[in-house]
Amino acid sequence: MNETLIFTVLTLCALGVVAAVALFFVAKKFHVWEDPRIDDVEKMLPGANCGGCGFPGCRGLASALVKADTMEGLACPVGGSQTMKSIAEYLGRVAEEKEPEVAVVRCSGSCQNRPKTNTYDGVSSCAVASSLYAGETGCSFGCVGFGDCVKVCAFGALKMNPETGLPEVDDEKCTACGKCVKACPKMIIELRKKGPKSRRVFVSCVNKDKGAITRKACKVGCIGCGKCVKTCPFEAIKLENNVAYIDSYKCRLCRKCVVECPTGAINEVNFPPRPPKEAGPAKPMAEKAAVATAAPVSAPVTENKGAEQTENVKKESEKVEK
Amino acid sequence: MDKKLIVSPSPHIHSGNSTQSLMRDVIIALIPAFIVSIVFFGFDAVTVAAIAVVASLATEYLITRFMLKRPNTLWDYSAALTGFLLAFNLPPSAPWWMIVIGSIVAIGVGKMSFGGLGRNPFNPALVGRVFLLISFPEQMTSFYHPTALDGTSGATPLAVVKEAVKNGQSLSEVMPQFSYTDMLLGNMGGSMGEIAAFALLIGFVYLLVRKVITWHIPVYVLGSMAIFSAILWLIDPNSFANPLFHLLSGGAILGAVYMATDYVTSPMTTKGMLLYGIGIGVITILIRTWGAYPEGISFAILIMNAAVPLINKYTHPKRFGSVVAKKA
Amino acid sequence: MLKTFKIGGIHPNDNKLSKGCAIEKMPLPEKVVISLSQHIGAPATATVAKGDKVKVGDLIGKATGFVSADVHSSVSGTVVAVDAQPDTSGVRKPSVTIAVEGDEWNEQIDLGAENIPDITPKEMMDAIAHAGIVGMGGATFPTHVKLSVPDGKKAEFLIINGVECEPYLTADHRVMLERPDDLLKGVAILCKVLSVKKAFIGIENNKPDAIELLTKKAAGGGYGDVSIEVVPLKVQYPQGGEKQLIDAVIGRQVPSGALPIEVGAVVQNAGTAVAVYEAVVKHKPLIERVVTVTGKSLASPKNLLVRLGTPVQALIDYCGGLGDNTGKVINGGPMMGRAACNLEGGVTKGTSGVLLMNDGEAKRKPSSPCIRCAKCVSVCPMGLEPYLINVMTKNGLVAQTEPLHPYDCIECGSCSYTCPAGIPLLDFIRLAKGEVMKIMRARKS
Repeated sequence: MNETLIFTVLTLCALGVVAAVALFFVAKKFHVWEDPRIDDVEKMLPGANCGGCGFPGCRGLASALVKADTMEGLACPVGGSQTMKSIAEYLGRVAEEKEPEVAVVRCSGSCQNRPKTNTYDGVSSCAVASSLYAGETGCSFGCVGFGDCVKVCAFGALKMNPETGLPEVDDEKCTACGKCVKACPKMIIELRKKGPKSRRVFVSCVNKDKGAITRKACKVGCIGCGKCVKTCPFEAIKLENNVAYIDSYKCRLCRKCVVECPTGAINEVNFPPRPPKEAGPAKPMAEKAAVATAAPVSAPVTENKGAEQTENVKKESEKVEK
Repeated sequence: MDKKLIVSPSPHIHSGNSTQSLMRDVIIALIPAFIVSIVFFGFDAVTVAAIAVVASLATEYLITRFMLKRPNTLWDYSAALTGFLLAFNLPPSAPWWMIVIGSIVAIGVGKMSFGGLGRNPFNPALVGRVFLLISFPEQMTSFYHPTALDGTSGATPLAVVKEAVKNGQSLSEVMPQFSYTDMLLGNMGGSMGEIAAFALLIGFVYLLVRKVITWHIPVYVLGSMAIFSAILWLIDPNSFANPLFHLLSGGAILGAVYMATDYVTSPMTTKGMLLYGIGIGVITILIRTWGAYPEGISFAILIMNAAVPLINKYTHPKRFGSVVAKKA
Repeated sequence: MLKTFKIGGIHPNDNKLSKGCAIEKMPLPEKVVISLSQHIGAPATATVAKGDKVKVGDLIGKATGFVSADVHSSVSGTVVAVDAQPDTSGVRKPSVTIAVEGDEWNEQIDLGAENIPDITPKEMMDAIAHAGIVGMGGATFPTHVKLSVPDGKKAEFLIINGVECEPYLTADHRVMLERPDDLLKGVAILCKVLSVKKAFIGIENNKPDAIELLTKKAAGGGYGDVSIEVVPLKVQYPQGGEKQLIDAVIGRQVPSGALPIEVGAVVQNAGTAVAVYEAVVKHKPLIERVVTVTGKSLASPKNLLVRLGTPVQALIDYCGGLGDNTGKVINGGPMMGRAACNLEGGVTKGTSGVLLMNDGEAKRKPSSPCIRCAKCVSVCPMGLEPYLINVMTKNGLVAQTEPLHPYDCIECGSCSYTCPAGIPLLDFIRLAKGEVMKIMRARKS
């Protein structure tokens, strides 16, 4: 009995020693040298492996950073400028300054603003639906609403709002990795400057149709009237293909365009409510419709501001048509 | 327009096949064999089948309802089929508690633990059967002969042959006691559903006509069994049983037609089916001839189930245009 | 044993409700919306402006680029708009809208002519190109491009596609029955253009009348040194797929990514052959086509001869109108047609049918988990593995599907049709096909 036990233990030990020795030599023999800095840089990166930088995972970016001569074009959108600065310091280079950005959904075509004209009955994928036809509504540019952006977001920063049928971005969680931008087949999502205190002004529409057509399809679409372009004191807005676009790096957040926009296509986010003298206190929807002016809406902007139709809107779109 | 038209990608029509209809067809195909076993084993057959089906359905319901919190999947009939097949693989004398344990293992371990229908790597009914065979060898191998008067000495033909070979007897002395007609009709000892070869074959024809399965797997399994056993038999007919005996005895036909063809656990391509079928056939004969158990098709199928992902990875269908056209 | 293709295939119910209905001339609509992009390739550029008067057969859109086709006015009247109009899928495409006034035809069109003029193949080719003819089976590939055999290749056979394997559709069937002589003359012209001596007409065996008639007519000869043979084919979907048809008729498989000319074949639709005849003999451009208007929820299914650009709604109204229970309107057949969301969109050169489905038929059944039954693999006529491409694409591994050859998919829909779990396999495979082709193109450039 004892003998058996001793033999067993000894055999096992001997096997272990042999295996260890073999492993040791194999590891020596087949060792691949890698720049140790890659490991260090990788540790500095957030480790989300989101692919937002365009490389397969954080290690991919780390090795590219170590191999490259400059930091140009290499940036971790998740870690932001802080991370890149510390990596640049470690590698003895100068970091590119980059403003923090955030993903912005440029469509306000909720179920109320943009009535449905047909029912889609296929797999729940924006890519499939948009390759099939113009979409469930009269607007062939707007959000399809099947959440391809939500599916690709690795940070849980996007979710569908069941009431509006549109995706919403959580500014805090969004790392501006740009995956949703690539996933959106309608190219609605854009990375914009995050802005001080996350305050932003942007045109929440990408419809390139003529004003009257846009108008018919959606209450809050950009009709390409160009009023905002004329109003902007900083030349931050340009009008192309019947749709206005605000350059987030030129915009100084004066919000004059928001007041001017006849359809309410320009959204402002995270601003404090406007002082009463400017446009009157924020009123409930019904009252605003009665007032019949393009009353600006205070934050948060996900609230639906196009529910009311105003007279001047109609005039405006007619003018554009002419 | 008030009414909204539906828009969906093509195609706009469907064959009408459903998981449910396919499972139902397999159950229907099993009915002739079930009738034969009722004829031979009487009320025992009904009891075993009823307990197995009810226990399987209950296990599936409880797991989907309380553990996975998913919608009820009883009506796809897959659990019922698993229970029915498990019953076919049990001796008619199996005690009720054993059947229940087998059903719980089949559904719980064999199927639901992998994520439910479509994800299980092993045939659930066979997982249940093999679990019982290993845990309760006594009860699982005590068969009674359906028509013998004493009603208890019902060793299966395969067990008789195995015993004989072990004792050094020549098979030419043992073989004459088996009548191929009896084996075809089901007048022999064995599991509840495996005895009646002809009834199982009627079901096979039904499945082919309804296009539920293709001929590939059953033919490959039985064919490779026949060829391999024929080679052995030609070498030494006194130590190895002949091919016809192998095909008609034990669970060969039940396994080849109903168990090996299980959708989830069989290969996707015809090339893969060939490999899979040959694997099952050869392993079955190996186990029957040299293994510890008299019957080996359950093990053979489970072993080949494990190889299916690998087979799927390396066998692809012949693509259109991959054959270079010969110039006329 | 009837000829058929070698891999896969399904047998849907053929539902040819309108096969006994003779082709009817549809009355002129009030206005037509003619798309300038009703073919594969670059859209034509408008040659008319708002306010112009046009006659039937006048050029209104000039082809731009090699793969493109001319577009002609299908009616006489005044151009009321040249802008982007939504097609039946709601996608805005450059279009010409014409208000119909009378029915005055361009003087060059000679409807009385019946004999093939004695002109060179090159001149015939030009006549085909100027008539704006495209493949009328649905793919709408410009015919003159298909007929230009690239250098170093030689066409050996012309195959006429009279298969019409899509359930419900009967347009080609009626054309073959009612205009056999025109069809055969068109075949003779096509043979001359391609300088081939042998033409096959492939017809599925569910049209015995057409097979018999054309066999008799073709045996009569009178088409010079061209021999025309009618090949009855097994009823099996997708027999009418170009590659499947070539495989069935001459037993050669077009290699992956190659064109039929690689195996010496050129395939043309039966309707296209008739259009070619009209273009060469009568100088009549492609301004009208036969459309099957059908469906179980339609009062009277018909085969209509329709001017291009006629709104789909007008066709439906003419055949009894949209019933209350209509759930879906399909532009084309039930297997490969596109569901329409805008019935004001006009009939195009590729509209072979308008199919109405009632609510019950229209809705897809909910899908359940894949049971790995391998039915999709066994029915795929291209020998692909639909289940795998579907699941990989769904899980974001679209780039890794390349070794599974999703670009070979012909989008016939057999996999989705047969799937017992009701998984819409083709939806994602189509996506994978597009994505992988994009990746491959990017790699090439």
